Amino acid sequence: MAERDDALGRSAPVIEPGHTFATVTDKISSIVLTRPTSRGWFLGFGVAFALTMMMLFAISYLVVKGTGIWGINIPIGWGFAIVNFVWWIGIGHAGTLISAILLLLRQSWRNSINRFAEAMTLFAVAAAGIFPLIHTGRPWLAYWMFPYPNTMGYWPQFRSPLIWDVFAVSTYFTISLVFWFIGLVPDLATLRDRSENRFAKIIYGMLALGWRGSARHWHRYETAYLLLGGLATPLVLSVHTVVSFDFAIAIVPGWHTTIFPPYFVAGAIYSGFAMVMMLAIPIRKVYNLEDFITDRHLQNSAKVMLATGWIVAYGYGMEAFMGWYSGSSSDQFLLWNRLHGPYAPWYFALLICNIGIPQLLAFRKMRTSPLGLFLISLVVLVGMWLERFIIVVVSLHRDFLTSSWGMYYPTKWDWMTYIGTIGMFLAAIFLFVRILPMISIFEMRTLLPEAEVKE
Amino acid sequence: MMKDEQQIKSQGQDVCPGKKSQLKLEDVRAEIEKTSGPQYWRSLEELAGTPEFQEMLHREFPKGASEWLDSVSRRGFLRLMGASMALAGMTGCTKLPLEPIVPYVRQPEEVVPGRPMFYATAMTLSGYASPLLVESHLGRPTKVEGNPEHPASLGGTDVFAQASLLDLYDPDRSQTVTHLGDIRSWDRFVDGIRGPLTAQKALSGAGIRILTPTISSPTLAAQIKSLLSAYPQAKWHVYEPINRDNVIAGSQMAFGQPVETQYRLEGANVILSLDADFLYGGFPGATRYIRDYANRRNPDANINRLYVVESTPSATGVKAEHRLPLRASEIEGFAHALAGMVGVNAGGATLEGEQQKFLAGVAKDLQGNRGASVVMAGDHQSAAVHALAHAINAALGNVGKTVVYTDTVDANPVNQTESLRELVSDMHGGKVDLLLILSGNPAYDAPVDIGFADALEKTNVGMRVHVGLHNTETAALCHWHINEAHYLEAWGDTRAYDGSVCIVQPLIQPLYAGRSALEVVAFLGGQANANGYELVRGYWQKQHTAGDFDSFWRKSVHDGFVAGTAFAPKNVAMKGGNVPATNVEPGDIEINFRRDPSIYDGRFANNGWLQELPKPLTKLTWDNAALIGPAMADRLKLKTEDMVELDVRGRKVQSPIWIQAGHPDKSITVFLGYGRTRSGRAGSEVGFDMYRARTTTGLWFTNGVQIRKLGDTYKLASTQGYQTMETPTGERPLVQAATLEKYRDEPKFAKEGEPPTALTLYQPYDYKKEAYAWGMAIDMNRCTGCNNCIVACQAENNIAVVGKEQVVKGRHMHWLRVDVYYEGDRANPSAHFQPVPCMQCENAPCEVVCPVGATVHSTEGLNDMVYNRCIGTRYCSNNCPYKVRRFNFLLFQDWETPQYKMMRNPDVSIRSRGVMEKCTYCIQRINEHRIDAERADTLVKDGTLQTACQQSCPAEAIIFGNINDPNSKVSKLKSLDRNYSLLGELNTRPRTTYLAEIRNPNPEAEG
Amino acid sequence: MTVIHSHLHPHPTYGLMAEFDSAQDLIEAANRTREAGYRKIDAYSPFPIEGMAEAIGFHKNGVPLVVLIGGIVGGLAGYLLQYWVATMAYPVNIGGKPFHSWPAFIVVTFEMTILFAGLSAVFGMLALNGLPMPYHPVFNVPRFALASKDRFFLIVFASDPKYDAAVTRQFLEGFHPRSLSEVPS
Repeated sequence: MAERDDALGRSAPVIEPGHTFATVTDKISSIVLTRPTSRGWFLGFGVAFALTMMMLFAISYLVVKGTGIWGINIPIGWGFAIVNFVWWIGIGHAGTLISAILLLLRQSWRNSINRFAEAMTLFAVAAAGIFPLIHTGRPWLAYWMFPYPNTMGYWPQFRSPLIWDVFAVSTYFTISLVFWFIGLVPDLATLRDRSENRFAKIIYGMLALGWRGSARHWHRYETAYLLLGGLATPLVLSVHTVVSFDFAIAIVPGWHTTIFPPYFVAGAIYSGFAMVMMLAIPIRKVYNLEDFITDRHLQNSAKVMLATGWIVAYGYGMEAFMGWYSGSSSDQFLLWNRLHGPYAPWYFALLICNIGIPQLLAFRKMRTSPLGLFLISLVVLVGMWLERFIIVVVSLHRDFLTSSWGMYYPTKWDWMTYIGTIGMFLAAIFLFVRILPMISIFEMRTLLPEAEVKE
Repeated sequence: MMKDEQQIKSQGQDVCPGKKSQLKLEDVRAEIEKTSGPQYWRSLEELAGTPEFQEMLHREFPKGASEWLDSVSRRGFLRLMGASMALAGMTGCTKLPLEPIVPYVRQPEEVVPGRPMFYATAMTLSGYASPLLVESHLGRPTKVEGNPEHPASLGGTDVFAQASLLDLYDPDRSQTVTHLGDIRSWDRFVDGIRGPLTAQKALSGAGIRILTPTISSPTLAAQIKSLLSAYPQAKWHVYEPINRDNVIAGSQMAFGQPVETQYRLEGANVILSLDADFLYGGFPGATRYIRDYANRRNPDANINRLYVVESTPSATGVKAEHRLPLRASEIEGFAHALAGMVGVNAGGATLEGEQQKFLAGVAKDLQGNRGASVVMAGDHQSAAVHALAHAINAALGNVGKTVVYTDTVDANPVNQTESLRELVSDMHGGKVDLLLILSGNPAYDAPVDIGFADALEKTNVGMRVHVGLHNTETAALCHWHINEAHYLEAWGDTRAYDGSVCIVQPLIQPLYAGRSALEVVAFLGGQANANGYELVRGYWQKQHTAGDFDSFWRKSVHDGFVAGTAFAPKNVAMKGGNVPATNVEPGDIEINFRRDPSIYDGRFANNGWLQELPKPLTKLTWDNAALIGPAMADRLKLKTEDMVELDVRGRKVQSPIWIQAGHPDKSITVFLGYGRTRSGRAGSEVGFDMYRARTTTGLWFTNGVQIRKLGDTYKLASTQGYQTMETPTGERPLVQAATLEKYRDEPKFAKEGEPPTALTLYQPYDYKKEAYAWGMAIDMNRCTGCNNCIVACQAENNIAVVGKEQVVKGRHMHWLRVDVYYEGDRANPSAHFQPVPCMQCENAPCEVVCPVGATVHSTEGLNDMVYNRCIGTRYCSNNCPYKVRRFNFLLFQDWETPQYKMMRNPDVSIRSRGVMEKCTYCIQRINEHRIDAERADTLVKDGTLQTACQQSCPAEAIIFGNINDPNSKVSKLKSLDRNYSLLGELNTRPRTTYLAEIRNPNPEAEG
Repeated sequence: MTVIHSHLHPHPTYGLMAEFDSAQDLIEAANRTREAGYRKIDAYSPFPIEGMAEAIGFHKNGVPLVVLIGGIVGGLAGYLLQYWVATMAYPVNIGGKPFHSWPAFIVVTFEMTILFAGLSAVFGMLALNGLPMPYHPVFNVPRFALASKDRFFLIVFASDPKYDAAVTRQFLEGFHPRSLSEVPS
């Protein structure tokens, strides 16, 4: 492996030298087992938890009063809810991408970040899943979208992209969950065998399913893991494609474009990696895991962001070009409206966040500076949110009939729900790093030179 | 100050009397006024937090008022009010009147549950009747329609008649007799008034004054006359804020006697309106005139030509081929000039430039159509303009052909302003002991300089009695208030614009045991507990001496009018001589006072349907604004929604600005009827009271107005923010319009851009195999933007009123809207009205995206909405290119108020929160007729099945029917060259199509 | 005689387990054990080792087949459900589209394929591995806890026909394991 790295001119190693099976195991598992819980953790978790409560309050009020508490109206039937849904789903793409696609590509550097990337994916998808549920006028009936004969023996309408969403998102969540859990099993066994605390031993023991590292098990395990990776790869690409169908299938100017699937997927990976960076950088600092999450990881992620950012930029360009080239008055107007309409400042902010600033990643200095990366990732996340806002709101607020144009102003409830989901997401992350190994121990072991066996 | 206390007292007394230091609604309003635009409602909410305010709420609304403290539920609070204000005795069950009322024969004689009955009756507005047919479900009136048998209606109505149903069930209606605000019984009133009456007997009624609105009812007039004969010294005064003094004065000037002018537009090739908005409800005979006008709008036959000279843009004005915006005071000059040109010996003034060109064009056109043209003058134009119009019509030989003179519909055609002034001076002179105010609300709407309210308060009139539907500002200043019966609750008669007598037949026993004005007058006249039925019947028995009275009576009540009572044309001789020019004091900026297109003079202020009805041009709801032209706005640096103070010769009022394209320069138009203080949940504290600046000298317009920008802004709720088809990237052909020439050269011009229907990947659904395929055609050449269809739809389909806050957010619920698009120069644009119901697309984009199949297609091609399957994703609305779908963002429907439960159409389900709704082509009517047809083993006969909008349309612009039947009217219309689909290029295949608008301009008058 | 005896009385032990320090030692030991004719053997390691399965003579692996079947079932279920609903159970005219709008049915079909295949991969693997299995004799060996950290174990099961407590112990000692322990059953 080392040679291959040099051949490809990669400088930083994926794991600092001097580690053994024992040290790797100790270092990672100690975070969960022995390390005392810091005050910082309690503080951070407390804040995140409070925000989660705020979200629950906002949702309860929504159920009591109705979606009218939000800023939506006719013609802007979709607002923050869908914007946030798409944003979160997008973020949720990095995890599976890293664990599945990089697995197939044999990118072993992924081993130290895939675990919490996957966890991040689960929590992001969970956050996303809230929105399609609560954005309906009668959330208590949202289950009618599931495939069973609801009122009067009528089934869901399978031509609707929303039904496709239901299948895509729930499949994605399920597969990501099992993928993540299966990856955890051997490490849970490690925790089982190493925890002194009896209670912990029992819990970890149950979760470990009695894993004992038998050669037969490892063999089937690896096959299954590889197949899952092979299945998750088209899945992850399909999910945001399907999400983009919500718009592409509709006839609304600005939605009805064929460029959407690829550029939504690219955007998803873009924001997903940004979120991974935003988590990885502080985590490796706080738990001094620089040995495992090295500059090499930061650099590679930065490169992925740079590349996907370019695809997204191309998407914007194509969108604009098609708008102009279509010759359709309403499409041309959409373009004009983005540039000169009431929401123009947001469109320019979007261009700066997604296309302008991230170009700094072209500089090695920036790719290797954790702080710089952190900030750029933040900018990208904001930019990707703005992109969805532009797509959803600005397309809807001025469509075909000039008589029916409108404006959208989010209310405090919109903001509370959105910020609340961020809180929920962080709270989950805090719990995760505290009770589960955030780096795949057994896969880290395989990266050590001792793991090599000569025939 | 005292007024305030009285209001608070009478508003709050029965809840907790004797509260000290109370917050007054005025203060609240002042508080809110301070805040600007977007903060407006938020401030209302913050304000709701203050203890005084809560205290006030509790004072006003006994139950549940505290639940209001929440930004979103202003309507919720309204509903709570409704629930708590409805009387305990108010239950869902109703009684038919005891007297024999006669159902309309097209319906079965006996009540069949689920089967509506129709009764002919009539509504009176400022003396003029709208002949009606009212639908009744098990004794509950549920829908007002025009009486197709009556020449003044021909099935059409105006918005006021359509919405009057809501007034009947208005929970804020006065429900008891009150004395000084305390609930009393009718008998107590009888006792109370006995003394004064006997006292007056001795004085032969010297101290009795009766103040009525314009009265055209023969029976009531006779009753008043007999009362006056019993008390010879008593006086009868008449006052309406929207009066026709100028019309009367004009005919006095021209003929030396008051006459009614009727127009026969079917015979008019050229129509010139001098500030007459004759195509909108409220203008006497408008319903009929719209039909006659529309019948002459067929570009393939005899299309007429309309010229309008007007002082404020109106629905009529924007329909005109040629429109000349002039300040109200300049129109007289124009009339003089025109008179001179058509050979009336009047001091023919001359005009310059555009105006002269216009004038020349009109004059030539009129002379080219002698006997086939009409010149009409608006009620608010000076007497001189009316006199000139008479003279011009005479000179053009129109009299007897397109213009007919008859006796006045008004039973007592006096100068109402003078009449009121006289009354007030008598009050000040201490000559009045017993004042009877029969409906009307003069304390609110009288000219300020007359000071009627002050007189009512300050002078020592021994006994003041007010009879009215609502406990109004006037009632608050009277000792006694008698709750009047609604016209759907009481017997009476009235006259339509053509003089024909309509019998007012009640459909329901008075909900609150109210009494009609007729009964009250009869009582004062000495007929104790006389009842309306006997009074009306008795009167007509006297009139109808020849022949069998019972069959005559039965026929009259059944038809809704007394045959042969229409006035015969009257030969009146012109006095001749020059028409003197009204001398106008110099002054820069002018102001026009106009009745509101929605709430008239303020009497409908508490009618939610009318308050939320978008006004024809501004599309404003829930407010009035000061209209100014673009040029003036630029000059004064004013923007729409800027608050200004208007100083009308010393009288100051505040109002937000609305920049109205086509408004004459140096002129402001304000609308009356708003700023009511004692109207009810919907009407109180809404808009700005312009009567405060209206004086007898400037009843309709005056100059010398100072306008001052106040700096703050005020949120206005307009349902159509963007009113042109022009976009920065080109014009959109939403309304296809052309001149007659272009249409003749290129008849199919409207169809360009429509894809070939054969162009499809897969086999389209075959609707031909069904018996019916429903479709609609809307002729935009006929549509005059009168708004009837909107209210009719609201009444028929139980559509909720959402309130200003929600309209501002863009959540109004109208299933059918009338879009207006301006075209051309902002200074004087033409405009197109486009009624937009659901298009019922065959390739409906909404259906494909619904995840739960809550909107699906019927075999007859209807785009059905299944409410109880809808989960409210709003995806369908996003994907609807026509944006006709409406969503219940909150619980908009009122589920508590018992009165509303009685009002609703039982055939249409009430939508709850969180579901989408939209136009159904009145599916309930379709089903009813289809089932009947199946029973009779036939097909639904073309024309018998009408949607609510179609039925109410006075212009017959909306035609609905079966497009599988090639001979149906709708099929024929759709086969015309003018027929086109809105956004046809999307290939949604709409079932609702439009007939392009064709105008017939006069090249010689081209500006 | 003894053979019969041996049949009547099963061995008291579950097997013999040798502990090694490195994957290299383990894999060599395993190979030689297999070559020595032992068949019922297994190896335990803290991470998957290339070639380990071959070393203990484990070849056939049912997981791929299970996944294939799962995928096919899921895909068929997805498409047929939609087809049945749209054309038989409750056919409705939706926006003028044909009842059998196959292009619109592709997405759900695809997702169902992935879902079923993925779940069968996971549960198929667990099932074939006989997991979850909270108790297993090897756990009775105290040092076995290190199998999930940095130690490597080779076991010869007592059920192996060639197994003989003394002989096998001697054979395993030949590898100089770090420790050698008898696993009680």
